[in-house]
Amino acid sequence: MRQVNKIVFENVTKKFGKVVAVNNLNLKVKNGKFVVLLGPSGCGKTTTLRLIAGLEEVREGNIYIGNRLVNDLEPKERGIAMVFQDYALYPHMKVFDNMAFGLRNLGTPKEEIRKKVKWAAELLQINDLLDRKPAQLSGGQKQRVAVGRAIVREPEVFLMDEPLSNLDAKLRVTMRRELHKLQRKLEVTTLYVTHDQVEAMSLGDQIVLLRDGTVQQIGSPHDLYAHPKNKFVAGFIGAPAMNFLECDVVEKHGRFFLCADSFILPLNQKIKDSIMQVSEPKIVLGVRPDDISIVSGKQKNAIQVKIEVIESLGAENLAYSTMDGDSLVFKLEPASKVKVGEKVRILFEKIHLFDKNTENVIY
Amino acid sequence: MRKRVISRGLVYAVLIIGVIAMLGPFYWMISTSFKPYGETGRFPPTLIPENPTLQNYTAVFNILPLDRFILNTLIVAGSILVGTIFLSSLAGFALARLKLRGKTVIFYGLLAGLMTPLLLLVIPNLVMSFHLGIFNTHLGLILPYIAWNLPIPTFLMASFFSAMPPSLEDAARIDGCSNFKIYYKIMLPLSKPMIATVAIFTWLYGWDELMWALTVTSTTAMRTFPVGLTMFQAGPYQMYWNLITAAATIGFVFIVGLFLALRKYFMPTGAIAGIKG
Repeated sequence: MRQVNKIVFENVTKKFGKVVAVNNLNLKVKNGKFVVLLGPSGCGKTTTLRLIAGLEEVREGNIYIGNRLVNDLEPKERGIAMVFQDYALYPHMKVFDNMAFGLRNLGTPKEEIRKKVKWAAELLQINDLLDRKPAQLSGGQKQRVAVGRAIVREPEVFLMDEPLSNLDAKLRVTMRRELHKLQRKLEVTTLYVTHDQVEAMSLGDQIVLLRDGTVQQIGSPHDLYAHPKNKFVAGFIGAPAMNFLECDVVEKHGRFFLCADSFILPLNQKIKDSIMQVSEPKIVLGVRPDDISIVSGKQKNAIQVKIEVIESLGAENLAYSTMDGDSLVFKLEPASKVKVGEKVRILFEKIHLFDKNTENVIY
Repeated sequence: MRKRVISRGLVYAVLIIGVIAMLGPFYWMISTSFKPYGETGRFPPTLIPENPTLQNYTAVFNILPLDRFILNTLIVAGSILVGTIFLSSLAGFALARLKLRGKTVIFYGLLAGLMTPLLLLVIPNLVMSFHLGIFNTHLGLILPYIAWNLPIPTFLMASFFSAMPPSLEDAARIDGCSNFKIYYKIMLPLSKPMIATVAIFTWLYGWDELMWALTVTSTTAMRTFPVGLTMFQAGPYQMYWNLITAAATIGFVFIVGLFLALRKYFMPTGAIAGIKG
């Protein structure tokens, strides 16, 4: 029977001295899913991965892999394989031996090792590299060998610690696609660590966003993008990042308005109900660059801004401006004739509101 | 242009002087070893032997058991070599890679070992060798040599292992290696250049050491090569330079031989080329 949850974290806390690297983590990873642990440096994502691998000791909480409590199991007994950021290929061994090393340690018969390595090498198109040493390989080839070393053991779980970050931008995109295809083909539950939100969005079935050892939000890439639970998630996911503008909530004749020095926006009934729950009048308005459009004429609720910088990215242009001391970025159509220094009227098509103190989402 | 020629000439002159200073004594040793006794004390000295002879090389074996001295030294130097590499690499690995309590204390202990003059240790060690019953035995030479020689190789190995990427160790652990297996399957093969360095220094030490060898051995059959060399001195005012240099030339071959055997490990290697792109 295939269990539903492949990896389960139950109240796992990991401390290094006084520093809490992972704080009371509860996570369930479904079988066969590609889950990305995302967050800035030092957020505990790599520690989380190392806890599953058995490279760090679990002192508080429990970790289960396929219904087995693995807290006290050695890495080799956990049915996992890991790909490292720097590949960690054994420099003195040929590619074949690098891939066969783990199997040999498990006491796998020679013929079976040969078959498995051959299978993995064919899958990754590295058959002709088997007799080479790592020093004779390019970065991309090393990457494939590192992945090959992982899949050859047919693990229950793949762990990948920023495996693409040492590749150049172009190769990274290619390898990202290949990893994605490979995971779909093998259907092995994968936990992937990255700080690159684009990588996370494009690879993950599910993203776990961490900050200071604490989970901020778990959900699909779309969930995190469209319905961020707090300001941190909203700011971390999406490129360019979401614009944040501080404003006050003002009530006038039973109607609610968002007020700042340069704009007043009326709030609709739905937003009004959410805002009623918050005691603090100061809130943070969040608008994604994609949700800002330039309007012509005297459109209602449009705000006038002065374009300060335009960045051309080919398929689209980014316009930068300042509003009440906060910077504002939004997208321009490639055909747009707007120039630097020009004043334009913009409209916020979709907004997010966050509590200024707790940074939690209000709407 | 003229200036450049002059400065180049000066550089060459300094280099040539350096080469002469370095190789001169070796040349003198080899040249003297082919001279008959009468020619060794002549003034002005002869640079090239006037009557070259191979007799010195047979004489050194007839007058004293030089072959026995060489065998003793091979046994002692070889044992120190193996013992030092084994212990220093294990200790270096443990100090660099394992989570150990009292690591700092051990490090300072090694440092203290480095700073203690050997002369201070000769008498206590001699007393110990009597008590242990290893006076005038190979073991009486080998054990103290290993102990005295160990701090520097351990430091060298520890610093080499510390520089290895931790991910290699993690990968090996996931591949099912125990600490010891990580040491001998991954770390040891990768530390060949450092082992070669340690080997040369240890070999030189084992091959050259005189003071302790003179103290802890009492019979001719147990003497080592350096002690044997001093025995070619006929008296306080008479030196058989031809015999001493012939014996020294023979000893020199063993050191050069080891260096040539390990030469390739002194070249820069891609030891950690398995890492990164």
